[in-house]
Amino acid sequence: MSTQQQQPETQEAPEDPEMKGAESPVDEKEKEGGDIDQQTTPEPELEGETVHIKVFRYDPEVEGKQEPRFDDFHVPFKKGMTVLDAVMYARDTYDSSLTFRHSCRQAVCGSDAFFVNGKQRLGCKTQIADLEQPIRIEPLPHQEVVKDLVVDMDHFYDQMHTVEPYFQNEDTPDASDLEEQRQSRENREKVKMSTRCIWCGACMSSCNIAAGDNEYLGPAAINKAYKFAMDDREPEDVKEHRLRILEQEHGVWRCQTQFSCTEVCPKDIPLTEHIQELKREAVKKNLKFW
Amino acid sequence: MYEHDVIVVGAGGAGLRAAVAADEAGADVALVSKLHPVRSHTGAAEGGINAALQEGDDWELHAYDTMKGSDYLGDAPAVETLAQDAPEDTMRLEHWGMPFSREEDGTVSQRPFGGLSYPRTTYAGAETGHHLLHTMYEQVVKRGIEVYDEWYVMDLAVTDEDDPNDRECHGVVAYDVQSGKIEGFKANRGVVLAAGGPGQAFDHTTNAVSCTGDGHAMAYRAGVPLEDMEFIQFHPTSLPSTGVLISEGVRGEGGILYNNEGERFMFEYGYANNSGELASRDVVARAELTEVNEGRGVKDEYVHLDMRHLGEERIMDRLENILHLAEDFEGVDGLIEPMPVKPGQHYAMGGIETDENGQTCIDGLYAAGECACVSVHGGNRLGGNALPELIVFGKRAGYQAAGKDLGEPEIQTGYGDDVEDETETELPVQPGAAGLDTSDSVAADGGVTADAEGVLEQTVERTRQRVDRLMDKDDGVQHSEIRQKLQNAMTDYVNVFRTEDGIKKALRIIRECREEYQDVYVDDPSRTFNTDLQQTIETRNLIDVAETIALGALVRNEFRGAHWRQENQVRDDENWLKHTLISWDDGEPKIFYRPVILEGEDKTYEPKERSY
Repeated sequence: MSTQQQQPETQEAPEDPEMKGAESPVDEKEKEGGDIDQQTTPEPELEGETVHIKVFRYDPEVEGKQEPRFDDFHVPFKKGMTVLDAVMYARDTYDSSLTFRHSCRQAVCGSDAFFVNGKQRLGCKTQIADLEQPIRIEPLPHQEVVKDLVVDMDHFYDQMHTVEPYFQNEDTPDASDLEEQRQSRENREKVKMSTRCIWCGACMSSCNIAAGDNEYLGPAAINKAYKFAMDDREPEDVKEHRLRILEQEHGVWRCQTQFSCTEVCPKDIPLTEHIQELKREAVKKNLKFW
Repeated sequence: MYEHDVIVVGAGGAGLRAAVAADEAGADVALVSKLHPVRSHTGAAEGGINAALQEGDDWELHAYDTMKGSDYLGDAPAVETLAQDAPEDTMRLEHWGMPFSREEDGTVSQRPFGGLSYPRTTYAGAETGHHLLHTMYEQVVKRGIEVYDEWYVMDLAVTDEDDPNDRECHGVVAYDVQSGKIEGFKANRGVVLAAGGPGQAFDHTTNAVSCTGDGHAMAYRAGVPLEDMEFIQFHPTSLPSTGVLISEGVRGEGGILYNNEGERFMFEYGYANNSGELASRDVVARAELTEVNEGRGVKDEYVHLDMRHLGEERIMDRLENILHLAEDFEGVDGLIEPMPVKPGQHYAMGGIETDENGQTCIDGLYAAGECACVSVHGGNRLGGNALPELIVFGKRAGYQAAGKDLGEPEIQTGYGDDVEDETETELPVQPGAAGLDTSDSVAADGGVTADAEGVLEQTVERTRQRVDRLMDKDDGVQHSEIRQKLQNAMTDYVNVFRTEDGIKKALRIIRECREEYQDVYVDDPSRTFNTDLQQTIETRNLIDVAETIALGALVRNEFRGAHWRQENQVRDDENWLKHTLISWDDGEPKIFYRPVILEGEDKTYEPKERSY
């Protein structure tokens, strides 16, 4: 991972639509049998339409891909098709080296956050029909590109781990006498949205502050801390400990309420609100802050 | 080479729980997973965790429901262990901060689920698996357990004694997806396989693309029998276009199924006169397909699931996630219109044969979670029983691998005196690797290896050679072609309704896939994040696993649980109160049977007619 490149951060990224081998579909890759919807010819008649996608390509060790470029693919459109469907089709039909993370296909594993037409989105829940064509599909900005649409997530994970992302209460009793902790419905409701985070990294990638301050905890990690800090099952002293972590130099006070994280969050988590609420909590606790 | 006491392969619910247990037992444990833990498919589980928590409920009722649901193919020691341990292990999750839904008095919420005699499905919205997965990962972070994420385990380092019962497992070989390097992981005490299900053997599935049966295939080729593989659960409510799961929780809360004539067919046509929509999953899935086959399906493909009458408030409180899924993946607003649903492959009841402590017949090799078959689910898994299985048997496998004494198991494993050989069924083709010339094939991965000394090193070397062969080959067939062909064959012929002819067709196609795989190649020349290579290896695993599913389906000529056979549409207790076991046996699948254990701690579960 030593030769990674910072990817272009704007839509004015270098582009070469005539890149070899990518423009037109190849007949020999046509597949047999099966699901009619996905198995038609490369010049599909299906609903008469194709979708034009331009996909960012980069591989540090393959000649011709060391310089970032865009490849064009034309994939047959079908109703309900998502960005993930389109890149999977392109990979399985035209170019098996096209690389991206994906797993669940239902917006819960958080693997496939891409930069689509200039916005961080989950590939699997972004409808092709809602996008202007050609659709530009790039890796998440502000993270190192490993290959094609795959970015290095290590920094994101490190920030998540910084906030001690685990429940802390008095010693968990022995198995035999586990008494159920009570929690009010109101309190559960309060943390509900914060628990939905799928660690996709879209928020962190969209955040100007995170882009300029590599140590900034970032919206996802702060939201993770919010989940615990607001949960009444954790004792008061733990909450104070959490606020101390959050009000450090690169914590909540860095947020300038631009709402970009909230705008891109695929799980609709009100990240900016959560950050502001933690600021207020920190003030209320009369803690020293930066 | 890396070295730890315990290596856990896979970091979903079972793997994370196993790692925490092994850590508690004092072992140096590491998780090795092809995905970062929070990407695991446990996160997609929606419904809940069955556990007898309340006054008035009882673990014995849970055990009884589970045994009935299994169509009397669950082993009583496993079923009772699940029911006994589930309450405590669920409370443990609560203490670890899992955000369960709550009642007015602040206790955790439970709801009715199919096949349950008491509303004991403990839930956290309609995203229980997501919360379980993240809560368990938090505990792994807290304990500082080492995680090797995006390392794809490709092989087990197992000794090569003739009898698999004499073999030992000394570690695993894994491929670092980011860098392409292949390294050995030595396990001083044990390896726990928690690699998830094989849903990608089918075309229409609720499972993630990562669910490729890797654990099954590695254990199988190392000599561990796969058990009851023919029992595949088809979930009654998956979205038609994508296979995305709509939780049973919708029906648990009162959702109703209608055919194209607006009839509530579960009652109207007598599929389940008492439980209706909340009959066991196999019953509902067959009912839906029968409606479609008899012309009462919507667009000849699906039925409707209606939850509008529950009201917005209740839906938002308990099923909000379902609204998002229906909207995002089917373009349907569940508040104002019914949702289209049809059966989709969802879960494998069978898997790597283990005892109730997670131990396989190979010393040092354990399995837990969906990839294992303990067996608690037998012929059909009840909704809400997968998550407790992950935490109960993940925990036990972790303890056992770390060396904690869990007592003598009652369930036997491996080929032994208590098994019966399969002698009757004629196979349409030679299954397995037999008859293929693998001497210089890219598909060859050798047999299991040498003696304990150096077994890991040799396995590493063999894996490197195998990868080099795949990478060096310039043309041939691509994995995606073979995989799609395999998936279509399984969905066409080894689905909800099965016939002898259909299954034989599937076996022939699987054989073709195996032959085509001899010529497979990896087009992407890069060692960096080569998913082409990874998927090529996964496809081989899918072929092996799909073949065991089809073989099991062919030999079991009866109708039990999720397995329906046209030629014998009754449950045949006289001949079939036994598990199907298939072992690789040097490339030639060997089929044998072991009697089911219906004797529990202090009672025997007498098979009864299963009606809902």
